[in-house]
Amino acid sequence: MKKIIAKQEACMGCGLCEVYCTVQHSKSKDIVKAYNSEHPKPISRIRREVNKPVSFAIQCRHCQDAPCVTACLSGAMQKNEKTGEVTHDKDKCMGCWTCVMVCPYGALIMDKEGKVVAKCDLCQGLEEPACVANCPNQALVFKEVKA
Amino acid sequence: MAKYVIVGASAASIGAVEAIRKVDPVGAIMVISEETCAQYSRPMISDLVSGKADIQKMKCRTDEFWKENNAVARLGKKVVSLNLTDKTVSLEDGEKVVYEKLLLATGGKPFVPKMEGQDKDGVFTFTNISDAQHLAAKIDSIHAKSAVVIGAGLIGISVTEALVKRGLKVTVVELQEKILSLLLDGKASDIVEDVIRKAGVNFATGQSVQKILGKPENDGAVGGVILTKGDQVPCDLVIVAIGVIPRTELVAGTAVKINRGIVVDNFMQTNVPDVYASGDVAEAFDFILNQNRLLPLWPLAVLEGRIAGYNMAGTKTSYEGGTNMSSLKYFGIPIVSIGLANPKEDPTLEVLVKQDAEHNVYKKLVLKNNVIVGMTLVNCIERAGVLFYLMKNAINVKKIKQQLLSDDFGLATLPVSLQRKMCVVQ
Repeated sequence: MKKIIAKQEACMGCGLCEVYCTVQHSKSKDIVKAYNSEHPKPISRIRREVNKPVSFAIQCRHCQDAPCVTACLSGAMQKNEKTGEVTHDKDKCMGCWTCVMVCPYGALIMDKEGKVVAKCDLCQGLEEPACVANCPNQALVFKEVKA
Repeated sequence: MAKYVIVGASAASIGAVEAIRKVDPVGAIMVISEETCAQYSRPMISDLVSGKADIQKMKCRTDEFWKENNAVARLGKKVVSLNLTDKTVSLEDGEKVVYEKLLLATGGKPFVPKMEGQDKDGVFTFTNISDAQHLAAKIDSIHAKSAVVIGAGLIGISVTEALVKRGLKVTVVELQEKILSLLLDGKASDIVEDVIRKAGVNFATGQSVQKILGKPENDGAVGGVILTKGDQVPCDLVIVAIGVIPRTELVAGTAVKINRGIVVDNFMQTNVPDVYASGDVAEAFDFILNQNRLLPLWPLAVLEGRIAGYNMAGTKTSYEGGTNMSSLKYFGIPIVSIGLANPKEDPTLEVLVKQDAEHNVYKKLVLKNNVIVGMTLVNCIERAGVLFYLMKNAINVKKIKQQLLSDDFGLATLPVSLQRKMCVVQ
């Protein structure tokens, strides 16, 4: 499957990936509205990891044997065996945070307002995920990897 | 007859069916459960009481789950006995089912201590969907205003939150001096107790209920309780939420070895060939304590069931083990507790603590030989999974010890070699 891969040496830690992820997952898809007036507040599903001089961005790895899917209490987290994507059904999510407890990447974001988890959906429908398409230094690439 | 017979249809059973079908697409599977709707999430029953979830939302697998996995689900049927020599299970209606491989996934039942008046109308346990439905219906039918919850563990706190959401005044009675004592140390427990008190809940710790009283106008209905220290608490409902004990009745008197739960090896097999056990009924491996024990937790039951399933279907798979691990969402204060949360004084253990009282944040790690063996995170759980990864894989954290509890701890803190191993960077 195609996954988003971070190139640590190219990442400047600018955080634009978080901005574009937020906008992409907003209702309006408008940067000003997304940040200033939307409720519930859209949140980024990608996270900048910084430990200077190291920085890179991380989001759901869509694990082959995903701990979050096994641990999920409500069945909201599922592995799509055909596409390889780990999907999250917000309506089924009970906000128990069990997936947060077991994700080795800390890639599941707590939407505290909505009391559910938010995660990378690989920007279904877009040719390239928003974080990849808008990374100014090509520190994120979307490419085919072994599972 | 069926190649695979599974008694029980909850977490462990679901895990087993999914695993069997990954390696054996055709072998006949029969799942037998007393419950009529089986594939629901037990941890969600408090959401049913609070009104946050309905039955459809609680289903953790689709309605077609059994069919899609080509499993025959005999729901609403009770297994009453086993014959390990003939390899049969007998149902209540007299039917006998022959098995090649048997999985006992019978789960747990609520522990209810003897209390005077416990038969009164309005006393509930809180383990399955039917308990939750009955409780919710009772709240409506008697317009319940107040409740006493016995037990301040995971189940007790979850039902307390649901009752508070329904507008009931709740008093929680706990035998231990502190609430959530299996998950939290004293300090963390105090933080959480304070938050829950502010939501209007009363706590009576260090005592239990000695007597359940009736109402003045109707002695058969719950009217209050008398605590062991003598206090009287009026209430319309009593919910017993002390914990669960393994449902081992089926194997009592058979050759299957029982300790507190059914004894299994790392392949989830009992001492009797072709008989497996998983979930709340079994004593599975705890990788922190390095011994088998009861760990009645949903995610572990799914994992154990999966291991059983693989092995029953002939794919030898060993269980890595679980440990006491819970994540709590109640009263708006997220908590993660894994492994040794509150160990006794021990010179071989190193304890790291960071507290931010203003924000109700408390973080604690317990280390042994520079490996994390326990963690408690209160109101700051975002990096719990990364820490759990270090714990689960027994990674030496000596070099990053000072950063583990810092606010910016994350994957970038980890050694580059580990980042590469985890494939987070190229």
